[in-house]
Amino acid sequence: MELLDFYADWCGPCQMMKSVVAEFEKAHPDVTVRSINMDDEEELVEKYGVSSIPCFVVLKDGEEVKREVGVMPLKKLEKLVGV
Amino acid sequence: MRHYDIVIVGGGIAGMTAGIYARRAGKTVLILESKTQGGQIINTFDVANWPGEETISGVDLIEKIYHQVNKLGVDFEYEEVTGVSQSEEFVSDSVEKRLWNVITDDGEYSCDAIIVATGSNEKKMGVPGEDKYIGRGVSFCATCDGAFYKDKTVVVVGGGNTAFYDALYLVDLCAKVYLVHRRNKFRADNILVDKLKARENVEFVTPFVPSAVKGEKKVTSLVVQSSGIDDDSKLVTVDAITKEIEVDGVFVAVGRTPATEFLKDVVDLDEGGYVKAGEDCKTSAPGVFVAGDCRAKDIRQLVTAASDGAVAATEACRYLG
Repeated sequence: MELLDFYADWCGPCQMMKSVVAEFEKAHPDVTVRSINMDDEEELVEKYGVSSIPCFVVLKDGEEVKREVGVMPLKKLEKLVGV
Repeated sequence: MRHYDIVIVGGGIAGMTAGIYARRAGKTVLILESKTQGGQIINTFDVANWPGEETISGVDLIEKIYHQVNKLGVDFEYEEVTGVSQSEEFVSDSVEKRLWNVITDDGEYSCDAIIVATGSNEKKMGVPGEDKYIGRGVSFCATCDGAFYKDKTVVVVGGGNTAFYDALYLVDLCAKVYLVHRRNKFRADNILVDKLKARENVEFVTPFVPSAVKGEKKVTSLVVQSSGIDDDSKLVTVDAITKEIEVDGVFVAVGRTPATEFLKDVVDLDEGGYVKAGEDCKTSAPGVFVAGDCRAKDIRQLVTAASDGAVAATEACRYLG
């Protein structure tokens, strides 16, 4: 299971999610979390069709299974990933 | 079931200020927040009207207030409130004040008084395709998502100040900006309207309303139809005209709606769903107070949200004696 976290340094809601994502990583070391700065990773932004941030994309065996845009508490992020 | 003197619903500026005042008055306080602390202000890069801070980002301001709230010993839980109801039990030492139960998506709490500070959410257009393309071309925040549309074509829907601020922000980034509004006249300040009209890469589409968002992997167009509203805001009969505007992004700025659905059978709301209360922040239900943007009032600013928080907490403490 993989969680893609699309963010930007200038995005306030993304800053608010930083601590939530860090908490998630700590609680679920079995899930690979990739934080992707949209300003540096244009190809990935295009590949996943991201146009609003923060955007969380859940991958299973490399395939997208879920996504959610916007701020959310840890419990909701866990629910999104299914852990 | 955990019990608190005061439960505050909403962790924005109003809710956290209420928490500071109530805790400093010696009450046990729980703030329930469904998303993240801060509310709307986390979207603002530069706050320039908060006394004492020449400019500060919304996130930095919230972090400071959140730290203060925590240090005072206010409990904070990230849960969504789904309902409140009056209990059969009485507040201790009282024969008339009843306890309140607060139900969330993760549990239930009881309290002597409630402060509602849920703020408001962006209003949707309510057309087919809108929900499907949120995050894939439909956005409610130009300053958050504008960077994705550099040199592209976008449409802003709305005729108020927010729509014009959004359009003025996007016009510097995008190749072309359409503005769709249901009337030929705008609620926005004239200075904003004149500024936008002076720009070459803007096209006004009025009087039209959106009817569908179309796309494939991402948004490809917004379908609009004539609203039939004349310049005096009267509905006139016209043959409906439909247009399809090819765009990469749709920015929705058609207003906000208060997050008060769970209260509709508990306190009096106005026709827009805002909680009816005067400057004392007292609602129609005993022991329920309201603060911030979800209160029916004229001016919604950071400082008025904080002011409401202080008043609501003080009145709640006075109510509890």
